[in-house]
Amino acid sequence: MATDNKTADTDQLQEFRDNRDLKLQDKKNENLTTLNLGPTHPATHGIFQNILQMDGEVIMDAVPTIGYIHRAFEKIAERRPFYQITPLTDRMNYCSSPINNMGYHMTVEKLLGIEIPKRAQYIRVIMMELARISDHLICNSILGVDSGAFTGFLYVMQEREHIYDIYEEVCGARLTTNMGRIGGMERDLSPKALHLIGEFLKRFPKVWAEFEKMLTRNRIFIDRTVGVGAISAERALNYGFTGPNLRATGVDYDVRVMNPYSSYDDFEFEIPVGEKGDTYDRFLVRNEEVWQSLKIIEQAYKNLPEGSYHADAPHYYLPPKQEVYTSMEALIYHFKIVMGEIDAPKGEVYHSVEGGNGELGFYLISDGGRTPYRLHFRRPCFIYYQAYTEMIKGGQLADAILTLSSLNVIAGELDA
Amino acid sequence: MELTNENVLGKLIAQFGEESIFDAYNPDGIMTFTTTRENIIALIQYLYDDKDLQVQFLTTMAGIHFPDHKGKELCMMYQLHSLRHNYRLRIKVFVPAEDPVLPTLTNIYATANWMEREAYDFYGFIFTGHPNLIRILNIEEMEYHPMLKQYPLEDQTREDKIDTYFGR
Repeated sequence: MATDNKTADTDQLQEFRDNRDLKLQDKKNENLTTLNLGPTHPATHGIFQNILQMDGEVIMDAVPTIGYIHRAFEKIAERRPFYQITPLTDRMNYCSSPINNMGYHMTVEKLLGIEIPKRAQYIRVIMMELARISDHLICNSILGVDSGAFTGFLYVMQEREHIYDIYEEVCGARLTTNMGRIGGMERDLSPKALHLIGEFLKRFPKVWAEFEKMLTRNRIFIDRTVGVGAISAERALNYGFTGPNLRATGVDYDVRVMNPYSSYDDFEFEIPVGEKGDTYDRFLVRNEEVWQSLKIIEQAYKNLPEGSYHADAPHYYLPPKQEVYTSMEALIYHFKIVMGEIDAPKGEVYHSVEGGNGELGFYLISDGGRTPYRLHFRRPCFIYYQAYTEMIKGGQLADAILTLSSLNVIAGELDA
Repeated sequence: MELTNENVLGKLIAQFGEESIFDAYNPDGIMTFTTTRENIIALIQYLYDDKDLQVQFLTTMAGIHFPDHKGKELCMMYQLHSLRHNYRLRIKVFVPAEDPVLPTLTNIYATANWMEREAYDFYGFIFTGHPNLIRILNIEEMEYHPMLKQYPLEDQTREDKIDTYFGR
């Protein structure tokens, strides 16, 4: 393969690809190889099947098959009381489950019209940004692994463990967190949790700076990623890209800024944007977002307001367990909530949060019953994975693996 | 032009007429209205091309099933977003269950491809002109569209499952 595309901008790259496509068209009568990449290929980090038409090392065409871990969440949600749907959202983007949980909680709160106290909002922001860090950390370090650098992955994986320790202190779980409740958090940040967050803020910048130093100016890494899997801003928007993958093409769309939720407008942070929308830019954008997330956590941690950690909404917010045993009202509400006897008001809401991979939306229709009438998840992975074929066409097989890693397609979110 | 629900709706009614833009309401700050399947493509194309609106981002599409609405059982919801003005709107199209045919949106938005396949897979919408209308998340041998309300998640009267806590 010619190497002159490494520094070309997106237009030139497209032209280059078109020309090569034409060249390949001429050779159409010669034998093309059909290669089955997946469903459980160790290099794809998840269950993705792509049937590739290969001309030597070059990908001519790809047909993705998805749905291997489809679990019918939208159907299940139609039969579950509202508080039982949170664990389903964990299992969508399991690299950043608190964002899913809280996005869903905020949707239901919007339907119920509950005001959340500032402290609960700040705690949510801290947890969501920690989740974003752990999400981006996985994506970028896996990108390193796929281009041959295993050390950085293991090094930052340790930091993810520390983030999971914080989750554990806040909600008791590590991966599928089920964090928070409709109406706030289930408990306040304990002194230990605050200590762990403080420690993390002190330790993590050094680690991340070292990780960045290892890859950002690394000759091998640059050779492998610059110009690989590029997409133009117009095509990205047409394909419904959001999140870091869209920002890498140069569009500064971020739900946290466009439609602030959970007091995001209180914090100072920047939206990093890329230029060419290739794998290297996606890597850089995610790197910078980690720094911005740290900045947000620092501000929220320093200015954590006093007050309640949950809203005063006894009909929907589970009472503390000791009150259930000692007070009549708490017992009644506990029973009614757990048995799903609380009806939600009629309504139709859409709420979106900036998930690890982009705009994570929840479209909820309630007919006044105990369960949603319809709950639709706008899953960013599902929407942008369809551009994958276009992005890898004309590239090499090894580049396709890197493109998939840098898109950060999470199988759970893809298939829901 | 400041985009508000009123003047966007006024603009669309002036362009397409009262008979094709109707039932407008505002459930959660996002203006929602209904149109007919004859107009949906022209409407979305108009929203895309218009200099003042620039609604050029398809956020999501969702099918909804209302088995009790005779003659308009199936609903397709299109949610669009004007990134330039940060303005969202929602368009609904109702079709009868025995004739769930809609025109495809793939010529305007590439992202509609999989969204329409998902709607076909789960609700049985047929999108005329779609390049590859096959099931996407379910197996191809499946003979029904599982999100329709006539398929319950689990039979509530089943007796093979003993669950003393919930009295079944």
